[in-house]
Amino acid sequence: MRYLAEVVISLKPVVNDPQGLTVRAGLHQLGFAEVSEVRVGKHISVEVDGDSEAGARQRVAEMCEKLLRNPVIEDYRIELRPSREASPAPAAPPA
Amino acid sequence: MRFGIAVFPGTWSDGDCARAVEVLGHQSVRLWHRDRDLQGSDCVILPGGFAYGDHLRTGAVARFAPLMESVQEFAAAGGLVLGICNGFQILCEAHLLPGALTRNASLEFRCETTWLRVETVETPFTGDCERGGVLAIPVSHGEGRFVADPSTLDRLEAEQRVAFRYVARDGTAVGDASPNGSMRDIAGVVSEGRNVLGMMPHPERAAEPLLGSDDGMRIFRSVVEAVAEHSAFAVAP
Repeated sequence: MRYLAEVVISLKPVVNDPQGLTVRAGLHQLGFAEVSEVRVGKHISVEVDGDSEAGARQRVAEMCEKLLRNPVIEDYRIELRPSREASPAPAAPPA
Repeated sequence: MRFGIAVFPGTWSDGDCARAVEVLGHQSVRLWHRDRDLQGSDCVILPGGFAYGDHLRTGAVARFAPLMESVQEFAAAGGLVLGICNGFQILCEAHLLPGALTRNASLEFRCETTWLRVETVETPFTGDCERGGVLAIPVSHGEGRFVADPSTLDRLEAEQRVAFRYVARDGTAVGDASPNGSMRDIAGVVSEGRNVLGMMPHPERAAEPLLGSDDGMRIFRSVVEAVAEHSAFAVAP
């Protein structure tokens, strides 16, 4: 079974996020005065083969612990679902 | 003595480090990232650059290079390891040093001379310096903001493991005026065993008066003296 894991890496709440502050200032500049906070993170899609959803999730969590996030400054969240395409065709080259 | 200089794909400061070693009259050898042989180095330098393109996070992939396994063993045995800029980032990712290096608070890539106050001379990398002395050494990075949780920072201070702090030219505190917004203005830290130093500024770029400063040589000279005086430091196989 193939699963698609969507991993969201975010800075821990205590870590200052200058990118988020800059984006917030830009949004305020554009008139979005209602914006109170912006945090910028990363989104990583990982396609994995596994026997069960729990097993695949466990493996992706291990990937997060070993490489995908830095435990000193980052948290992570995993959203996992069966992959729509069992064996995705390679993307067509740009025309 | 012999300095081993690591070369990852994307390393660019190895030549400048080799030049600094040469100016001192010592030998250097390049250590390729896919090799495990440290070639008898007395000190291993992880130089600046963008190892493996700094993809994902700075230093995140480089720490898994075969060479890094040998560097980990060498450091664990008490060998001297000096991480400069990208090398510092790699050492933090490899958990040989505490904390992490994040995007500069200004979001700018900063390339300029900084002034560093020597906070301790009780390391093999600063023995030739004076405590409280100020060194003019340039930085060149976009992600050099040292961060760690408050208890880690307190511990580093208590154990006198902050080697350098960004200061004004006259040695007074700069506060928010540091080039990257590092917590407590920290520019360099040593490991618990004091045999691993990570620093964001580039001592190899302050290696000759022609470059505007030769203060960086104090660090290389300290290493040479430490190795000469204390044969206890491990030599790589």
